[in-house]
Amino acid sequence: MNRRLTSTGIVYAVLLLSLVVGAVLTATAGRNFFSTGNISAILTATSILGFIAIGQTLVILVGSLDLSVPYVVSLTSLVGGTVMGGQSGNIVAGLLAALAVAAVIGIANGLVVSLLHVHGFIATLGMGLVVSGYLATNYQGSAGSAPRDFRLIGATQIGPVPLSTLIMLGTAGAAILLLRRTRLGHHLYAVGGNTDVARMSGLRTSVPVVAAHVLCSVLAGLAGLLLLARLSVGSPTIGSQGGYDLMSIAAVVLGGTLLAGGKGNILGTLAGVGIFAVMDNVMSVMSVNPFLKDVIRGLVIVVAVAVYARRELERRPARFERPSTLQAALEEAK
Amino acid sequence: MRNPTAPLQTGRRAPLPERQGSAAARVGAGAATPGGAVFVLVAVLVVAIIVANPNFGDPGALIRFAGRTAPIAIAAMGQYFVIVSGEFDLSMGAVVTTQVVMAGNLIGQDESRIAPVMALMLLVGTAIGVVNGLVTTLLKVPSFIVTLGMMLALSGLVRYLTGGAATGNPVDAFRQIGRGGIEDVPVVDIIPYPLIILTVLAVLAVLLMRRPYGRSLIAAGDNPEAAHLSGVSLWWLKTRAFVLSSLAATIAGIILVGYAGVHPSVGQGYEFTAITAVVLGGVLLGGGRGWVLSAAAGAFSLELLFVLLTSLGVPSTWRDTVQGLIIIVAVAAASRAWQVGRRPRRTAQAPHPEPTASSTPTPDPGTTTGEK
Repeated sequence: MNRRLTSTGIVYAVLLLSLVVGAVLTATAGRNFFSTGNISAILTATSILGFIAIGQTLVILVGSLDLSVPYVVSLTSLVGGTVMGGQSGNIVAGLLAALAVAAVIGIANGLVVSLLHVHGFIATLGMGLVVSGYLATNYQGSAGSAPRDFRLIGATQIGPVPLSTLIMLGTAGAAILLLRRTRLGHHLYAVGGNTDVARMSGLRTSVPVVAAHVLCSVLAGLAGLLLLARLSVGSPTIGSQGGYDLMSIAAVVLGGTLLAGGKGNILGTLAGVGIFAVMDNVMSVMSVNPFLKDVIRGLVIVVAVAVYARRELERRPARFERPSTLQAALEEAK
Repeated sequence: MRNPTAPLQTGRRAPLPERQGSAAARVGAGAATPGGAVFVLVAVLVVAIIVANPNFGDPGALIRFAGRTAPIAIAAMGQYFVIVSGEFDLSMGAVVTTQVVMAGNLIGQDESRIAPVMALMLLVGTAIGVVNGLVTTLLKVPSFIVTLGMMLALSGLVRYLTGGAATGNPVDAFRQIGRGGIEDVPVVDIIPYPLIILTVLAVLAVLLMRRPYGRSLIAAGDNPEAAHLSGVSLWWLKTRAFVLSSLAATIAGIILVGYAGVHPSVGQGYEFTAITAVVLGGVLLGGGRGWVLSAAAGAFSLELLFVLLTSLGVPSTWRDTVQGLIIIVAVAAASRAWQVGRRPRRTAQAPHPEPTASSTPTPDPGTTTGEK
């Protein structure tokens, strides 16, 4: 076996490269890239997209997609904010209510995808529209308010590392354990790789699909609650403004996960999120026009994925292998 | 013992399922497929709207509605080519925006510039499609990501160049393409140009899908490997599909200038609307199944749905919710119908081979893999 870089290895190399380029560019702008303030700014930027991208990874691994996340983010920030209503005593109730709403949306997504056999793209696009209509009808503007104790979650830092980023990394660790060590995790890969084979091997294919969708929605709900903690009010447009649906999918694919499912990991996704955060940070330090940022983002996504999408294909084993020596011997014997 | 080649030696094969029965029976069977059901849906929606709001039944109102829906139907037909070959085009909305802004700023008040600028727009559309297609096929980047990147890049560029505000106002002669029509026609009063463009393009699209190109496109969407092995050059095939999609977006943009004006928000969300329309038309995401006119009919049913909601007095904020529910239900029904439609054929084509007495590992002469 020749030791070539795995795709996750390449993603981290790209992340390292973007850090180096970022440091150089920031230095030319006369600022210090590695200052405590800047590092914590980058880490803060990773947390929201990080939560969503972890969930999105699970959904993509199982062979689906989740386009409803932005609306889940908005909805949970509103539900959490209104239930809390500025009272510290209501924090737990607010958290539970928001996450329960997110879980219900996730269950609905998962059931539509697995039982009604609707493509994840359409099922979650439709569910996103359903939620967006509900948001537009019932909330005209920001609503609810986060109590001070809850806002601390968004503001606390341990050294340069914000608490929100630590929670995100903890979630990532849990997701990695889920994928590597649990039966459900292995089933996620099996169903994403080939649903028919998974079913014929005796799996209930709907269970991993529903579980992945529920986890993804709940993680998006956590992102919404984090935004609530930061902004201290819930907002009906906060999710769609962030473009979290497409950006999280881009981060997942950038992290080396196959869009078709069955192959990929959380570590790569984290690196993908990190690349976006570094890129955004450098562009703000260089005060790049916000519209041009999108242009650069688009180019980087395509180029980065192009770099290793090709390698993946080259490394794939040949479909029809030459007959093994045993088979050749058998042929000979006849 | 059954000979695997026996059905070929019996001379005449049974006719294909699509060719069985009388013309009426065939139309009936077609309407039962998802691609045909969408036409029934359009008819039902039209009747429902006329019941709710009799003014809509006026031929003039109907044809004006058709003219308004033409750009989205054209975009849906373009998206169809990409989807049926198994890919996505998310850059469509951004292409519409780009073209609208280009037309607004380059044509200005000078009528003589209309033709060259339109040629330039078509050229730019072609170039975008070629880039999307080549990056997808040759660099093997998933089309979802390629066209997402293209969408970010184009819309960012347009907003950067315009500053995010409405700029430019093309000459009225150019806006007539989207706005005007053949006037003083009996019964319907006016035939909008967009409707004429849509009709011409629909005829061309149907003809194209009957040519080898269309057949191989569907084959490539159904099973790219089989298509490749039967001699289809996949990269060139799919690249042309992406070009058709961006050209459709370009034409939709030209029409939209007529009544939407020049603003960087024109065309926003067009890709999702077009994909929704295509899927409502019973075209399978992932490729290989569906008819191009069903995609256009999907666009009409989507717009009719909005009209129906408005005439029923549903608050506009609930539109999204109803649209979302309808998409899910329609696609769930369609996926069930495709499955039901496939099942009997599959069992008929692949009868279980009878276990033969001489099941010693003699390789089957017809297979090269040696598996039984």
